[in-house]
Amino acid sequence: MAKIIGAVGSSHIPAIGLAIAKKQQQEPYWKGFFDGHIPIWNWLKEKKPDVAVVFYNDHGLEFFLDKKPTFSIGAAEEYISYDEGWGLATIPPIKGDPELSWHICNTLVEDEFDITICQELGVDHGLTVPMQLMFPNDPTYGGIKVIPVIINCELHPMPSPKRCYNLGQSIARAIQSYDQDLDVVIFGTGGLSHQLDGQNAGYINKEFDLMCLDKLVNDPEYLFKFSVRDIIENGGAQGIEFNMWMGMRGALPGKVEQLHFNYTIPISNTAAGTMLLSHE
Amino acid sequence: MSYLDDKTPIPGTIMFDGQKSRMGYGLNKMCYSFNDESARNEFTADENAYCTKYKLSDEQKKAVKDRDIIALLELGGSIYYLAKFAGILKLNMQGIGALQTGLTLEEFKQKLVDAGK
Repeated sequence: MAKIIGAVGSSHIPAIGLAIAKKQQQEPYWKGFFDGHIPIWNWLKEKKPDVAVVFYNDHGLEFFLDKKPTFSIGAAEEYISYDEGWGLATIPPIKGDPELSWHICNTLVEDEFDITICQELGVDHGLTVPMQLMFPNDPTYGGIKVIPVIINCELHPMPSPKRCYNLGQSIARAIQSYDQDLDVVIFGTGGLSHQLDGQNAGYINKEFDLMCLDKLVNDPEYLFKFSVRDIIENGGAQGIEFNMWMGMRGALPGKVEQLHFNYTIPISNTAAGTMLLSHE
Repeated sequence: MSYLDDKTPIPGTIMFDGQKSRMGYGLNKMCYSFNDESARNEFTADENAYCTKYKLSDEQKKAVKDRDIIALLELGGSIYYLAKFAGILKLNMQGIGALQTGLTLEEFKQKLVDAGK
């Protein structure tokens, strides 16, 4: 049977992709952030997971406002990175596992999550930056296959943190009922507190982030009390990307241990968190 | 009961909801087109004609012309699409942040650094 072996939380901001392209990893601004990934790189090399379920949000590449699904699941053979309009280089195609994707989709709809199933899916920095970050200088990404899970963070109304956690739980049930011996890792990407738009641009809330990350590991259900509006008031307009971390955490039932944690302010306009969780 | 029923403004924050999305549909659709290089070139060659093609209002056209990001947000622009417009202007997110807050780029960067202290 397939099993979930752990999870990684990370940022997905485009500036990271640009820094990788310019080989700035050891410059003072970036060093603390990139070096904060060394334990994760080592863990991924040791564990060699077969599949990564990647929670991210599309930023106006695949989806436009004509149709804006709340939750979408990729079910393609491969995912292609496209020009996003402002100079971020594309990366080699990322392999999918459509058979597992369909198994997850079947389970989710049975569980009353009415997802959008995507047999073609262009992927933007929300997915490409984590792949570059987790598998540095490796155009095959360690041979891993991905299942993209996209949560709407662009257009209100958005799903609650609790709902995203429950989505993760349902995805975990699907994986654990999949009749193939696969090791699966969950990636939660995005956040943490930040605001890109409006007069409050540049807003970051360290105290709120650290509380959320502590609760995420030790008492995730505590975070159910926060509405989308609560998250935005405390973590900034785009702080709602924390929903991706909620989905990731929901996919880790049972005993969880935090193996590594790093938190950096600022990376571009955000507070960037890095987390490695093991799961038994 | 939706969290959107609470209409109390969040300071400095424009919620991109159904009303804003309707108002900014053409503007955002134009910016969405900027994913393609040919569209970026067409816009650069004749900005006003390109704005007309996407049925922008006069107010939206003026805000595009003035590079007024706050006005574009108020007129229904979504930051995720406006980022593609900003790319044409060779502005990154910190550049947009400085524009919106009335700070210099250096002041804006310092504000971010200070948030970590």
